[in-house]
Amino acid sequence: MNQADLVALMPILILIVAVAAMMLQIAWDRRHVITAGMAMGACAVALAFLPSATPEGARRVTSLLVIDGYALFYMGVILTTSLAVVAMSLPYLLMRPSDENQPEEFYVLLLLAAIGACVLVAADHAASFFLGLELISLSLYGLIGYLRARLRSLEAAIKYLVLSAASSAFLLFGLALLYGHNGTMEFSRMGTLQRIEDGVSLTVLAAFGFILIGVGFKLGVAPFHMWAPDVYQGAPAPVAAFVATCSKAAVFALLLRLTVAMDLERHTVFWNLIAIVAVLSMFGGNLLALLQSDVKRILAYSSIAHLGYALVAFLAGGSLAVESVTVYLTAYVLTSLGAFTVVALLSTSREDADSLERYQGLFWRRPWMSGAMTVMLLSLAGIPLTVGFIGKFYAIAAGVGSGLWVLLIILVTNSVIGLFYYLRILVAMLQPASPATQPLGGRDSRGLWIGGTSLAVVTLLTLWIGVNPEPLIRVVRMVVVGKL
Amino acid sequence: MILLWLIIIPMAGACAAWWVERRGPQWPRWTALTCLGVELAVAGALWRDAALATPLSRPGTWAAEWNVAWIPSWGIRLHVAADGLSLSLLLLTAFLGIMSVVCSWTEIRERVGFFHFNLLWTLTGVIGVFLAMDLFLFFLFWEVMLIPMYLLIILWGHEGRLRAGYKFFLFTQAGSLLLLIALIALVFIQASQKGVWSFDYHDLLGAQITGAAGTWLMLGFFLAFAVKLPVFPFHTWLPDAHTEAPTAGSVILAGLLLKTGAYGLIRFAVPLFPEASRDFAPVAMFLGVVGILYGAMLAFAQTDLKRLVAYSSVSHLGFVLLGVYAGAHPAFEGAVMQMIAHGISTGALFMLVGALQERLHTRDLRHMGGLWGRIPVFGALLLFFAVASLGMPGLGNFIGEFLVLLGSFAPHAALTVAATAGIVLAAVYALVMVQYTVHGPAEPDRRVADLSRPMQWSLVSMALILVWLGLYPQPLLRMVGPAMGSERPMVVSAEEGSG
Repeated sequence: MNQADLVALMPILILIVAVAAMMLQIAWDRRHVITAGMAMGACAVALAFLPSATPEGARRVTSLLVIDGYALFYMGVILTTSLAVVAMSLPYLLMRPSDENQPEEFYVLLLLAAIGACVLVAADHAASFFLGLELISLSLYGLIGYLRARLRSLEAAIKYLVLSAASSAFLLFGLALLYGHNGTMEFSRMGTLQRIEDGVSLTVLAAFGFILIGVGFKLGVAPFHMWAPDVYQGAPAPVAAFVATCSKAAVFALLLRLTVAMDLERHTVFWNLIAIVAVLSMFGGNLLALLQSDVKRILAYSSIAHLGYALVAFLAGGSLAVESVTVYLTAYVLTSLGAFTVVALLSTSREDADSLERYQGLFWRRPWMSGAMTVMLLSLAGIPLTVGFIGKFYAIAAGVGSGLWVLLIILVTNSVIGLFYYLRILVAMLQPASPATQPLGGRDSRGLWIGGTSLAVVTLLTLWIGVNPEPLIRVVRMVVVGKL
Repeated sequence: MILLWLIIIPMAGACAAWWVERRGPQWPRWTALTCLGVELAVAGALWRDAALATPLSRPGTWAAEWNVAWIPSWGIRLHVAADGLSLSLLLLTAFLGIMSVVCSWTEIRERVGFFHFNLLWTLTGVIGVFLAMDLFLFFLFWEVMLIPMYLLIILWGHEGRLRAGYKFFLFTQAGSLLLLIALIALVFIQASQKGVWSFDYHDLLGAQITGAAGTWLMLGFFLAFAVKLPVFPFHTWLPDAHTEAPTAGSVILAGLLLKTGAYGLIRFAVPLFPEASRDFAPVAMFLGVVGILYGAMLAFAQTDLKRLVAYSSVSHLGFVLLGVYAGAHPAFEGAVMQMIAHGISTGALFMLVGALQERLHTRDLRHMGGLWGRIPVFGALLLFFAVASLGMPGLGNFIGEFLVLLGSFAPHAALTVAATAGIVLAAVYALVMVQYTVHGPAEPDRRVADLSRPMQWSLVSMALILVWLGLYPQPLLRMVGPAMGSERPMVVSAEEGSG
């Protein structure tokens, strides 16, 4: 490993150093605000190092990682998201009595999960794939159950632990089969070997099947989605935001890299499997969301559906698919982040702002907050002037480019179904305020400004990219497309 | 650049109206009125210039245009342009916008600022739709008008507003997404032929779309516009939305939003896919005639006054569909005349119904009657607009329907004869409406105030416009004529006939 390798790894190294420093700092002097500040600073500094990480475009660091434009773009998304998650966690944890929970380790776990996500998007090796994935999962066990006093939180953590461990086992078995067949764990070498083979052997297909189960679970796509609503509902709102954005985007990015490296699209069986998953996710997510009356659960099902849309773009194949998926995921991450920030900022010390009744008349009590939520809901629904529309435009364009008419009709049908529940939240916010639905527990406005600033930035970005998507498209085309 | 201002003025006005609410409920109203007044003046000046300029009659020239790059990666441009057709519809938009502010002056009492925000924002979308010459931009405005209209319905509407709002939103959104798919597919085909991405109207006009692809894409466009227009099987959202919306919402829905559907057909669906449209024309005309008869019959069967007017819209817009697809020049001119005349006459009817509901707190025809003696001005105006709506010669609606029938007779005599029956049915429901409301026995001890002065002036000005359109339609026909001649390969001949 030489100096250039170190420079390329700089963003990840900074996070690792920061985690170590934070642990020392906590041991020496427990100060919530300082720990949170260190976490934010680490994300910001790592972000600043991204552009200079690989001057020559792409660099293989050991056989495990490839730092290229694609990895760096997704790292940027992950780091920005983590920054915003820390910003919403600070007020969220500050209003809790400190004897109930020590809040400092929360940020350590969060940064560890972010490191896992960064490793994942740069992974080009079965080992780094598994390492990254498990780093995310292990941190999330702790994070989801962080508020020990809440039964729901614990239940969600156990559920996630059991199901995630099972899915990891599937994934490992799949990777082992691939290794057994190819004799290498590097994706790019596997891809070369695969291309030489004529047909597909049963072993490889089985391996892909197992990997798909493992990845499908982490993505929370149907039929591996059962954990998502419970975990979203039980986890603290900032953690739910992290699960919905960072962990899903990172796993999706890896899936895309794996697919392109191994040229999986030519395998009809694999393609059909993903198409089935996409259709099930779209219908399952949207139809089940209709039945919910809990905002976090609605967002969980909506995210299942959104990953279904992203899979449609993914199935289009070719460079347009890479571009579309990247834009779609960026839009999805930004929007979900905003929606969860609102949920986190509205939460009180006793309960998260998840029941729909809490949103009744919010527009007249907290106009700015509900204005931001309105933008997020419209963006999730894919209405123009928001980034969500650009994402939807890309998903449809990718589908049209490859002539996936059936999937497109299903996508459109589902977008219309999706409107129902987004509008439900919107309508609830616009109804006259009802005094009967006062939240339990007090709130406290310390640190609220930092969450509010982050929400304002996310909202403005959502609108700005929606109106002027050219910079994003240009960056994606320059950095991501054709670099895989 | 002036066109950009036409879009910015209502947009800025919307935000200003919401902002000044803190000063008092009158402020948003005056702000909205001022904005729309300026809008009307600017559009009027443009219209006059265009009417005086001769080169407008040449195909493919715009009275004003503004075109800059927006998303170069996809060849998307901010391209707005206006010809006689756009300008005429723009005038209608600004005028009906003012009317809707006037008619909600006393009706809307809560959240006045937010109401006018939504009102002006809807109008921004409508104006954008009439001006956009880039299909991506067009789609953007097409969607922009949806949300505020939805909010107008569900926040200030009547009893069943939530259901009506959902229905309106889902129908139009489903149509829009099909439009988006068709639009992107069209762009892909064009790009594969020319090798350049472009969403520009003129580039896409040049695309050679033939065979099955053309038919499917045309259907995608047609469906989106048909839902808005509304064409017969897709009309079920309309009576609910019109009935439940506040008066201003109904005026804008009937007067403007439906016209965007017709405009889309005239500007995009037919010219972009001339061959497919020619083959599809008989079906479309048949649907138009079904709409005319079905709408008229259902209008007759209603006891809810607002629903009656709503169904009459279905009937009247059937004529527009018939005219657009007839393929003869007089029929196109008639369709546009019908769009404008219907916008004004139905807008006025909704204003009258709204005023009546404000006074009687009911829309049920069975609980009305004998109002002429109490509120004579109201009665006279209702009679005038009912008669306009049934197509009395000398008023704009007559010119529209007559030209449509004239133009459609040669290609499809049977359908035209059936459509003519619609005019008879229109007389039936319009007169029934007048009879139930203002004639007959009066309910005792009911005190009703007549229309307020501003309402009277507004309605009289609408009546005068209808008379002008009916007696001297030539300026308008001359304005809109070339827009069609230039973009319509299926036109028989521009000189063949004229009103």
